[in-house]
Amino acid sequence: MTDGAATRTVIVEREFAHPPEKVWRALTRPELVAEWLMAGDVAPTLGHRFAFGADWGHVDCEVIEVEPERTLAYSWDGKGLESVVTWTLTPTAAGTRLRMEQTGFQPDQKFAYHGAKAGWPRFLGALDDLLARID
Amino acid sequence: MIETRDLLFRALADPTRRALFERLCEAGEQSVGALTAPSGISQPAVSKHLAVLRQAGLVAGRHAGRQSYYRAQPAALAPLVDWTGRMTRFWEARFDDLDDVLKRMDQ
Repeated sequence: MTDGAATRTVIVEREFAHPPEKVWRALTRPELVAEWLMAGDVAPTLGHRFAFGADWGHVDCEVIEVEPERTLAYSWDGKGLESVVTWTLTPTAAGTRLRMEQTGFQPDQKFAYHGAKAGWPRFLGALDDLLARID
Repeated sequence: MIETRDLLFRALADPTRRALFERLCEAGEQSVGALTAPSGISQPAVSKHLAVLRQAGLVAGRHAGRQSYYRAQPAALAPLVDWTGRMTRFWEARFDDLDDVLKRMDQ
């Protein structure tokens, strides 16, 4: 689930027995998104800023990539986390393969954590080695 | 739990503190004096950084005579190491709910 030293990435992938057009609607219409993810004024519009809210808090988002029925990406910044969530839809014989990739702690200043910048990825990358040695 | 993580992130956001923590992980218990020598900063500054690390649970200290000794508590890192695991569980559950929504949309 991690792709090495530079970033931390979570990928969840699943095939749904529904066409991409429908999955896209479930990803981009606020009244539908609220039913499975969180309540928020999401829209498939580049540069659109919104927030997802839940009882435990909220995350701030900005849409950074839109390709209708193919790709939707937004920043996902919550307390203690700065990341990007990218949805990718691929048509299949049975419906749609949906892939969610969340990547955080990038060395880019834009994704810096509390101003930690480039030190973080190196440190997190070294962490696993460090823990392995100590155990 | 969120507060614990905030303390951890803040403690480790500083490169000097990361270096001190990594040194303790690698070299085992060290006196403040021994940590100060290669750090390039004053002993009071090292002590301040160690206090922040201690507050986050990352190091533990003890006094012996006139010296203070610190050792790493790497188990405190668990909330960070397990980030991908927790986020994966979050998204798996969201995918389950999405499946339900897609089925309802047909009706």
